[in-house]
Amino acid sequence: MHSAASLGEIVARGKAVGNHRPWPRAVLDANAWRDAIARIAETDWTLLGLWGEAAAVHMALHDEAGGEIAILSLECPDGHFPSLASVRPSAIRLERTAADLFGLVPHGSSDSRPWLDHGRWPITHPLGNCIPAGGAARPYPFLAAEGEGLHQIPVGPVHAGIIEPGHFRFHANGETVVRLEERLGYVHKGIESLLVGATVERASQIVGRVSGDSTVAYAFAFARAVEAAAGIEAPARVQYLRALMAELERLANHFGDIGAICNDASFSLIQAHCMVSREMILQASEACFGHRLMMDRIVPGGVACDLDPKGAARLAALAGALGRRYAEFFELYDNTASLLDRTESTGILSSALVRKFGAGGFVGRASGRGFDARRHPGYPPYGDLEFDVAVRNDGDVNGRLLVRGAEIQQSLGLITQILDRLPSGPIRGPNPAVSAESEGMAVVEGFRGDILVWLRLREDGRIARCHPRDPSWFQWPLLEVAIEGNIVADFPLCNKSFNCSYSGQDL
Amino acid sequence: MRKTLFKNFVNPPLTIAGPSASPEAIAELAAKVDGTARKKLGRSLSIREVDAGSCNGCELEIHALNNPIYDLERFGFRFVASPRHADVLLVTGPVTANMCEALARAYNATPDPKWVVAAGDCACGTGVFAGSYACAGATGAVAEVVPVDLHIRGCPPTPMALLSGLLALLQASEGKISGALKT
Repeated sequence: MHSAASLGEIVARGKAVGNHRPWPRAVLDANAWRDAIARIAETDWTLLGLWGEAAAVHMALHDEAGGEIAILSLECPDGHFPSLASVRPSAIRLERTAADLFGLVPHGSSDSRPWLDHGRWPITHPLGNCIPAGGAARPYPFLAAEGEGLHQIPVGPVHAGIIEPGHFRFHANGETVVRLEERLGYVHKGIESLLVGATVERASQIVGRVSGDSTVAYAFAFARAVEAAAGIEAPARVQYLRALMAELERLANHFGDIGAICNDASFSLIQAHCMVSREMILQASEACFGHRLMMDRIVPGGVACDLDPKGAARLAALAGALGRRYAEFFELYDNTASLLDRTESTGILSSALVRKFGAGGFVGRASGRGFDARRHPGYPPYGDLEFDVAVRNDGDVNGRLLVRGAEIQQSLGLITQILDRLPSGPIRGPNPAVSAESEGMAVVEGFRGDILVWLRLREDGRIARCHPRDPSWFQWPLLEVAIEGNIVADFPLCNKSFNCSYSGQDL
Repeated sequence: MRKTLFKNFVNPPLTIAGPSASPEAIAELAAKVDGTARKKLGRSLSIREVDAGSCNGCELEIHALNNPIYDLERFGFRFVASPRHADVLLVTGPVTANMCEALARAYNATPDPKWVVAAGDCACGTGVFAGSYACAGATGAVAEVVPVDLHIRGCPPTPMALLSGLLALLQASEGKISGALKT
């Protein structure tokens, strides 16, 4: 292979897979797969995802500068594949997951511990060659930290607040965190297994519950992936209504997050105001779309309910009111030195790591990585709408809070534009039917970052395989880095500023 | 900050009137009321929330109970950080195989008398994840792992649904439900 091969040239070296849309997928042989890994090492291509099948492994890559996206696949009949971990550490947990779910062993990975499989399932390799298992917990060897005066603090899986379960193992020297290691997988629900053989309608409900706070974005991504596989585009009004719901979801979550971050710095006044703003959005969502979180409102081929003029007027008024509320509490935030003292220079994350892991959302954008899936690769209707992508370089808790603040303002602007330009027309397009096995992929910007959904439809239209990839996969590992050298008491603050999804990554 | 605080003094409260206790919840609880619980728990209930596998949708709505609009604390409820301080375990599900032991331990750490509330369709065994290999028992229902006193349905249950279920629990703990049954 040419030493500086482009992503397109690597794809051309493999066997192209027909009926894969909108980006190409190629099946490589083992040598070409190894060459591709060597080439990735030289590039800044982002790993968008890595997932398994019974006897194959796939990776999605994004060359942001060249504007190319492609999926590379390797058949692994012997149950192993050359690992990507040494060139893209963001692949480590995804590869461990492929090993747990499919029994596919990544050769050359630095970490062979199980990830989602805690030894408690009645079977092993549930999606591969599954065999009955004992269902008894296995001990988990945490990484060591050695030195004088170090002690361990185990936290979780059940935490003190109303949050999801996961285990954090701190090694601390007095107050200072020397090492944090996460152990996740506690809320693994077997989602990818449930999706196999499901109808598209049922699968849409399941994918919409991969991470409840991003239900709109997941349903959006799933619908777009199904429509890509079927080779159809949803009608214009549908595109706008989907974006409207997605921006409402972003707003509700950003308000909630900003309030929660301030609350973790013991400034509950802002939290009270943010919670009221969030509640205003949820009540408006229920009035306009019939569900507070807008679950199951986006469906493949369309949206489940239309917006009437009364609803549009309510949302326009809401956008105005939220803008005023935001300005008020932002002034309060900016003028409270004791609060800024907690958020500034706490939990700093470097730009280099964010790029290496392809971390999206406010985690990436607060550390100088301006990726936003609404812009690149982009999807309708955002090409017709004006918005800025907020990027900062401070990389601390304050930076992640302020990126959310800037995104609140952008989303309010987007909602106003969407309501002004809402096209008329049907809210359901043609049913996304297929006549042969077809594959589709979509990337959608949720509030937390880019969500990827890849799927293969069977000839009868049911799901053969579907993999939803949460943005948290590439953010969780960086939390371990951001907390290093900070004090244990600042962990809740750092954790909240990341607000990664447990359910989204545990699947 | 003074401006904001002053405005909060002069503006009317945002809190809305609470719902009445859910009739379904009263019916479910009526059979389970016992006198000792009533005497010990009194007028206020401490809640420990345990996410045993949810998609986090239920947590969002449980969080909302604490906002100034629903203001759960005015009824005598408060969320506590440890099951050892709790009278009520508010459990969301589906209970995953990986969370089974943690839930059982949280239950055992909660002093008697205690109540367990299963919140959300998944916790009730009727959610979209029922039947998965990774869920406890056949459905992942909380009742497959620990005894459940009250079910609150919904995907996710709205704050009002959660509130009216919890208010029925408060009445039960005060003995109002069993009292009503006697007369």
